[in-house]
Amino acid sequence: MSTETTQQIEQRIAGCTVSEFRGQARVVVPCEAIHEALTLLKNECGFDLLVEITCVDYLNFRDATDRFGLVYLLANSATNERIILRTYVNEPDPSVPTATDLWRGANWMEREVFDMYGINFAGHPDLRRILMPEEFTAFPLRKDYPMQGRGERHNFPVIRRGDA
Amino acid sequence: MSQVDLPDDVVITKLDELASWCRKNSLWPMPFATACCGIELMATGASRHDLARFGAEVFRFSPRQCDLMIVAGRVAMKMLPVMQRIWQQMHEPKWCISMGACASTGGVFDTYAVVQGIDRFIPVDMYIPGCPPRPEQLIQAIMDLQEKIQREGTLDGKEFNTSQRQQTKRALTELPIMGQSTVIR
Repeated sequence: MSTETTQQIEQRIAGCTVSEFRGQARVVVPCEAIHEALTLLKNECGFDLLVEITCVDYLNFRDATDRFGLVYLLANSATNERIILRTYVNEPDPSVPTATDLWRGANWMEREVFDMYGINFAGHPDLRRILMPEEFTAFPLRKDYPMQGRGERHNFPVIRRGDA
Repeated sequence: MSQVDLPDDVVITKLDELASWCRKNSLWPMPFATACCGIELMATGASRHDLARFGAEVFRFSPRQCDLMIVAGRVAMKMLPVMQRIWQQMHEPKWCISMGACASTGGVFDTYAVVQGIDRFIPVDMYIPGCPPRPEQLIQAIMDLQEKIQREGTLDGKEFNTSQRQQTKRALTELPIMGQSTVIR
C-alpha cells in the first residue's frame, strides 16, 4: 500500500483513522465524509474499481459503540492496490449518501445492503429490495431478526387437490 | 346360461384400470429443479439410469404438457408462488414428487427464506429422502407412484378430491414453526 494515498486521505478527510493489517490499508471515515473520501480516492488516487459494498451489524458485539459498520472495498486497477473504507451509521435513521454517482455498479450493491440491513442510501435512483420479495417488510440480516423469520416463509395460500 | 369363450387376444378389464394403466406408463415429468437434487434428476433421465424404461423419459419444460411435477431442491419463499403457479398450470390428472430433504422438509436450511416442506402449500404424492437422493431412489419413487396410480386411479379422477386427503394436508399446514411461540398466520 502506497503511503502517499494514506497520507493524502489523512490530510484531506477530517476525523479519519488509518490502520494497516497484513499489508492492507483500512480507513475509518466519519459518516458525513464518506462521499468526499470516495470521490478523493476515485478521482485523485486512482481507485477506479468499486469491488464491493457490504455491511456488518454490531448489535451486542463486544466493545461496539455503533450499530452498523458499512464497508467499501476499492481497487486500483493500474497498481493492483486495494483499500478498505469503513464508516459507522446508527439508528434510528441509518443513512449515507449514495455512491452511484461515482460508480454505476454501486446501484445493486447498495440495493442489497438496503434489502438486508435497511440502510438508506440518500440519492439512490432506485432503492428497492433486490433479493427478498417486494412485500417483505423486515431486514433479515439484522441481528435482532430471528433466523427462522417471523412467519413470512409460511404466509402463503395452500393449494389442495381439489383447488386446481 | 351358456359360457362364452373369449378369443386369446381379448382381455376384459375395468375402464378405471385401463385409464390408470395408460397414465402410469406415460408419465411426463415437469422438472422443477432448483438445486443439487436437479443434477441427480438429470442423471436419472440420462442414459446410465434411463428413466425411459419406466415410460417417464419425456421431460417437458412447459407445465401444460406435463402430468408429474418433480420438485428437486430447496424452494425459497420467493420461489414458492412460482411453483404454485406452475402446479396450477398443469392439467389433471397430475401428481407431485417431493425429491430430497429440502423439498420435503426444508432440510438443513431452517432459515427465514426457505419454505419448510412444499407439502405445506401444494399436494405431494411421493416423498424421497436423501441429500441428494440417488437416481435409484427417484426410480423407486416413480415405480411406487405407478403402483399408486394403478391402485387408486379412476377414469374421471375422483380420487383427487377426497375429504380424507384434504384433512391430512390441513394438519401439515398447522405445524408450529421451530423457535416461534406463535402459530403461523
